[in-house]
Amino acid sequence: MTMSNVEKVEYWRWGESNWKNPNISDCSGSLITAGVDIGSTSTQAVILADGELYAYSSIRTGSNSPNSAIDAMKWAMDGTGLSLEDLRYTVGTGYGRVNVPFADKSVTEISCHARGANMIYGPSLRTILDMGGQDCKAIHCNEVGRVTSFMMNDKCAAGTGRGMEVIANLLSVHVEDIGKMSFMIDEEPPPVSSVCVIFAKTEATNLMRAGWSKEKVLAAYCHAMALRVARLLERNGMEEDFAITGGIAKNIGVVRRIERILGVRALETEMDQQIAGALGAATIANEKITNWWRRKK
Amino acid sequence: MIANYGFEDGSGSYYIAIDTDNCTDCKERGCLESCQNKVFEMVLNDWDDEVAIIKEDYCNQLKSICAGCKPLIDRPELLPCEKACSFRSIVHTW
Repeated sequence: MTMSNVEKVEYWRWGESNWKNPNISDCSGSLITAGVDIGSTSTQAVILADGELYAYSSIRTGSNSPNSAIDAMKWAMDGTGLSLEDLRYTVGTGYGRVNVPFADKSVTEISCHARGANMIYGPSLRTILDMGGQDCKAIHCNEVGRVTSFMMNDKCAAGTGRGMEVIANLLSVHVEDIGKMSFMIDEEPPPVSSVCVIFAKTEATNLMRAGWSKEKVLAAYCHAMALRVARLLERNGMEEDFAITGGIAKNIGVVRRIERILGVRALETEMDQQIAGALGAATIANEKITNWWRRKK
Repeated sequence: MIANYGFEDGSGSYYIAIDTDNCTDCKERGCLESCQNKVFEMVLNDWDDEVAIIKEDYCNQLKSICAGCKPLIDRPELLPCEKACSFRSIVHTW
């Protein structure tokens, strides 16, 4: 077998997606506003038609942030008949919020995540945990999605998507399978190091050598990640209702363990939790333009 | 809003909490000059209110930057930035 015959599997690569609201067939004449969330790892674009969720997309952020914003928006528009010229107001957010070339305003991801999560989960939501690609945020908000406190950590990969990608590559397990595999165990093992991904990776390697199954190592790793982010939440204060946004919200192994540690059930949704930031940005965009129109009258 | 700026890593958790709701009533902006390392700055937040923040490049270095004001012996009850804020809106968590 030569190197050219070996298929290189990217275990860290999660699936990109787009979605269009099946209940909206024609948005001509509607007020079209948008939000783009350029993160360090993923980019989402959300389109609202008269304030209602119309379409969205989620892609991997490339090496060029402005191009990622354009690509995400074009893919969200796919099948809608819309073009960038149809956007009446766009808000950019996220790590690369100043790099959205067609944005009218940039708003911090903290504010956008709170507003977007409020749109997804409703006015009872008070605590949001956003687990992104390279950072982790604990946010408190009020009944209209306005931030009342926040705490963020982007110093360390522990508790972030990057940490999960490291373990996916180490164990040759697809990142989207980690959650369910972590429950294929007889007994919950103790966690690996929760303070550092490098330490956790070393421990995971040693556990594999000691005969642990992949499933057991994944359970230990998900447990460690849950402990790490639970500490952040407790430090910022926990208040129900509680929800998780960001890519790791799709990892049931981490989500259920966070719930067990905190003794709180996270709200659930059919929507893609990863769009919360872009949805919040689009909602703010909609408010900006409609308020402007009201003042003009 | 309580804004917590800082980080957590393997050595611990290091955050400065700022109650930014009081910044709009503040005239002195004492925090800006109180810090010898100039970690604070005033910015317009998402709602166009002028508030104090920790400069982005300093957030992940607070442990070392603030060490000069935190001697092991005779640490003051209030750090210079905590004392400078007339609303007592700045709190170090370590």
